[in-house]
Amino acid sequence: MSDIKKFMYVNRKAPYGTVYALESLEVVLIGAAFDQDVSLAFVDDGVYQIMEGQDTTGIGMKNFSATYRALGDYEITKLYVEKESLEARGLSVEDLMELTWEDEDEDYEEKPSIILVSSAELAEVMAGQDVVLSF
Amino acid sequence: MKFTIQVNEGPYQHQTADSAYQFTKAALEKGHEVFRVFFYHDGVNNATRLGLPPQDDRNITKLWADLAEKYKLDLVVCVAAAQRRGMLDENEAKRNGKDSHNIHPAFRISGLGQLIEGGIQADRLVVFGD
Repeated sequence: MSDIKKFMYVNRKAPYGTVYALESLEVVLIGAAFDQDVSLAFVDDGVYQIMEGQDTTGIGMKNFSATYRALGDYEITKLYVEKESLEARGLSVEDLMELTWEDEDEDYEEKPSIILVSSAELAEVMAGQDVVLSF
Repeated sequence: MKFTIQVNEGPYQHQTADSAYQFTKAALEKGHEVFRVFFYHDGVNNATRLGLPPQDDRNITKLWADLAEKYKLDLVVCVAAAQRRGMLDENEAKRNGKDSHNIHPAFRISGLGQLIEGGIQADRLVVFGD
């Protein structure tokens, strides 16, 4: 298994309400051990997964949003967010968590992980993938 | 072509499991290789050996099991998703002090790494879900 493939995890659902977001994250974290070229995409209600200030006390569920902040430590540094999905929900990039990674080649400079893309741009990125897992 | 199949929904409630089964069967009949079928999310429920669908309906677990026997298919149930939903094989039941187990012997329990490996090894990973 020496060849590196491009893996993209497509997150389409809200973080709570169904288990897809939580269990998708579990795949991403396990998959990080396989040294592949990994990116995540957030589309449709999936953009809610990385919103700042999530509070689950009212619904009795575990708030797992902090895990997205740890993705950089797993060398997962490309989080594509679809602009149209944000706009359709009255959101902008300022509503999202500040997700960063440390570039060890540049003295551990903190760089943003979120890449805002249009639907057409995301389609292009997707077309360049070897494996697309959709959740 | 070599496929890995991911099944994300349980049997009967969604057509997902049927579609995944039909696709897998068709691919095998056409002479393609299926490296692995990986059951995730509620898809783990496809592996229950205790399901009792009416006589005149399809039995999805049995369909998978028969296909696996015919083609030596590797049917893998995600351990984390399975434990969360009370799907245990004999070993897992014993290890966790549970008094019974419900995984059909045609399926085996393993970790999420098996899904990633499936993505790496196959020419195409096909996801069946909602």
